Amino acid sequence: MASCVVTTSSFCTVSDSSIRLKSSKLVHLQRRRSLGSRGGLKVEAYYGLKTPPYPLDALEPYMSQRTLEVHWGKHHRGYVDNLNKQLGKDDKLYGYTMEELIKATYNNGNPLPEFNNAAQVYNHDFFWESMQPGGGDMPQKGVLEQIEKDFGSFTNFREKFTNAALTQFGSGWVWLVLKREERRLEVVKTSNAINPLVWDDIVCERVSLIFSCYKVMFPLDHMYFCCCCLQPIISLDVWEHSYYIDYKNERGKYINTFLNHLVSWNAAMSRMARAEAFVNLGEPNIPIA
Amino acid sequence: MAIRSLASRRTLAGLKETSSRLLGLRSIQTFTLPDLPYDYSALEPAISGEIMQIHHQKHHQAYVTNYNNALEQLDQAVNKGDASTVVKLQSAIKFNGGGHVNHSIFWKNLAPVKEGGGEPPKGALGGAIDTHFGSLEGLVKKMSAEGAALQGSGWVWLGLDKELKTLVVDTTANQDPLVTKGGSLVPLVGIDVWEHAYYLQYKNVRPEYLKNVWKVINWKYASEVYEKECK
Repeated sequence: MASCVVTTSSFCTVSDSSIRLKSSKLVHLQRRRSLGSRGGLKVEAYYGLKTPPYPLDALEPYMSQRTLEVHWGKHHRGYVDNLNKQLGKDDKLYGYTMEELIKATYNNGNPLPEFNNAAQVYNHDFFWESMQPGGGDMPQKGVLEQIEKDFGSFTNFREKFTNAALTQFGSGWVWLVLKREERRLEVVKTSNAINPLVWDDIVCERVSLIFSCYKVMFPLDHMYFCCCCLQPIISLDVWEHSYYIDYKNERGKYINTFLNHLVSWNAAMSRMARAEAFVNLGEPNIPIA
Repeated sequence: MAIRSLASRRTLAGLKETSSRLLGLRSIQTFTLPDLPYDYSALEPAISGEIMQIHHQKHHQAYVTNYNNALEQLDQAVNKGDASTVVKLQSAIKFNGGGHVNHSIFWKNLAPVKEGGGEPPKGALGGAIDTHFGSLEGLVKKMSAEGAALQGSGWVWLGLDKELKTLVVDTTANQDPLVTKGGSLVPLVGIDVWEHAYYLQYKNVRPEYLKNVWKVINWKYASEVYEKECK
């Protein structure tokens, strides 16, 4: 069965499972030959570093250009480069989408070495897109209604989000997620590289057995939404590297600034709309080829 | 009269209870931020004065303050017999108490170059390091590698296993003290690899911080602890 896997953060690969290994080796050889004149420089990349949807100085003065330069240009880029290095070693993890890769390498709580890099690439892509210049303020209509329904009030949501961010001991992330099965929003915190995608529960496992291809692809957008039970809507990076240059130890100030001036409720709105459409339309009836 | 004396005895008993409870509350030991035995800028260029000041006055102070708060809440919960609050407070105690313990050791693990910072260990500890790791360079290489590979926040330690009488290199996550990795482990040298320990100076290049921090490690203190524990 041929499958084409497309995201803007990975190269398009058409692979026939029976000749997958052979073709990848051919590609390596071709690359090596064409770059031979450069003294044997071998360049392979499976994932690319996506730029944030705004210039690096666009979030000033709330998040400095310097922070973006180091956070995106060094940390995020480092995760991408290291992931590519790991993926280049053998073909075992070849052909996964990013979400699949994260779940496969999470290995049910016993993570493989690739997990940290893969998850952090996803986490940072998601984070840059959770912010926008002129962000903050209040969400509108549908998102606001859902927040008020699930948290009581927007103020209550802010309090919960802030508290989670302050009490994430050590490095980690704070997420506003949509619980797919219960159709309600919740605030969750994760440590280090972990993200809500790895918290699939039994229901999703069963569903994936029924449909051999259970992923829904939205070709107009870069992000895959797979059948996982916690759909991330907004995230905040609370690793120290994300706020130290601008706020030093004052994580509370950083969190407030994020909620007041950076968080992109537009992004939240479109992510929720997609998640809800998926929920409302039910499981896709994809014919198994 | 009998009733009055009974009543007064009860009241006295009540008063005794309240006062001992009050005494109990007051008697929990609170902690204070220890002073650094050197100036903030004394460890330059290995660690900048700016980092040392924020690390000590803001981060360590926050651990101390929050630890005291958590202990007070714990004391109240224990006295009330509120088991679920007691359990709920454990993570805050582990985190903030661990932060205080670890940083108190860390400040003693560092010394300005002119006060012996970076001078290789002699005596018993020097010998033990050579036995277990081949050489000081071998130990430094191992600890730096483990420190660099640690994901997220944590510490890398050189510890003494009191029971087995061996040296160990280990890491702990977040603010977990070394003792969480083994009840008989005594920390000799701990290196903070939380980003706040190096970010302003080294940004994302943790290996560079780990290369330079050895120039200000106070092996004299580590030797003292080692010799004391080995008696």
